[in-house]
Amino acid sequence: MTRLRINGVEAEIAVTTVAELLAERGIDPTVRFLAVAVNGAVVRRAEWPALTLSSGDDVEIVRPLQGG
Amino acid sequence: MPTPSPMTDTLTIAGTALSSRLFVGSARYPSQQVMLDALAASGAEIVTMSIRRISLEGYAESLVDLLGDKYRLLPNTAGCVTARDAILTAELAREALETNWVKLELIGDRELLYPDVEQLVHAADELVRKGFVVLPYCNEDPVACQKLADVGCAAVMPLGSLIGSGMGIANPAAIELICKRSPVPVVLDAGIGTASDAAQAMELGCDAVMIDTAIAKSHDPVRMAAGMRAAIEGGRLARLAGRIPKQRFAEPSSPQLGLVGS
Repeated sequence: MTRLRINGVEAEIAVTTVAELLAERGIDPTVRFLAVAVNGAVVRRAEWPALTLSSGDDVEIVRPLQGG
Repeated sequence: MPTPSPMTDTLTIAGTALSSRLFVGSARYPSQQVMLDALAASGAEIVTMSIRRISLEGYAESLVDLLGDKYRLLPNTAGCVTARDAILTAELAREALETNWVKLELIGDRELLYPDVEQLVHAADELVRKGFVVLPYCNEDPVACQKLADVGCAAVMPLGSLIGSGMGIANPAAIELICKRSPVPVVLDAGIGTASDAAQAMELGCDAVMIDTAIAKSHDPVRMAAGMRAAIEGGRLARLAGRIPKQRFAEPSSPQLGLVGS
């Protein structure tokens, strides 16, 4: 189990890569306009299947929303 | 008097010719359809968006799908209070929207939403080095605007008054000074309340105006968007035309000779 902080919320989940994390959260990995950062660094879409997550990692999953 | 053709009065930011001097936000509309209709009535090319964490229940890409083909989407770093958060948000925005343009907002006071100029200049400097086209929301201070231009911002966006306040341009003299001195385009951003505020911004020398609340929360956003468009065009024409000076005495416009009964 990997202990992660996902969008500010602590969770323990059985995933090892960003792609697995998105799948576990029910996010279609082909969805557009999504961006992910791990420990303050953007992880590009091509790297989602490869980038391994470790316990203690801080993950941000964002998308564009209305704004001024 | 002939009006300037679009070819001779184009707004250019970071080498990109823009078709409209009205930037519009995508927030606070009563419905998605009203937003779409208002944006269409505004004639805007640039539409701003925020970057936010997905809610983990679900995700809809619909807003970008609706807007992305028709408009140039400009992500903002709204709500960020540290340079680190603003820089990360900008990088996430670049990844999500495939644009290196960013409206940089770094807030120093959560109630007033006034920029933290020190952090703002630092974040702008770093983002410019990382290849971003940075348009910073800033205070109406010619020194701050100069610093932002010096670190390579593509434009400056001084506030007219508090975000969402509708108070108009609180310090027109400062805006005029900024416009006179700025080596980069000046986009008045925040506090516009109605069409005359937008016209005033253009008459003071601004190159463009950014508006969200004044359109979205008006009683008729579609009509207000059209009004803002007309006001910005009118203010721009007046600016280019060169207004008469103000004078403290009357000067009759009709000829003085040949008056009946004289």
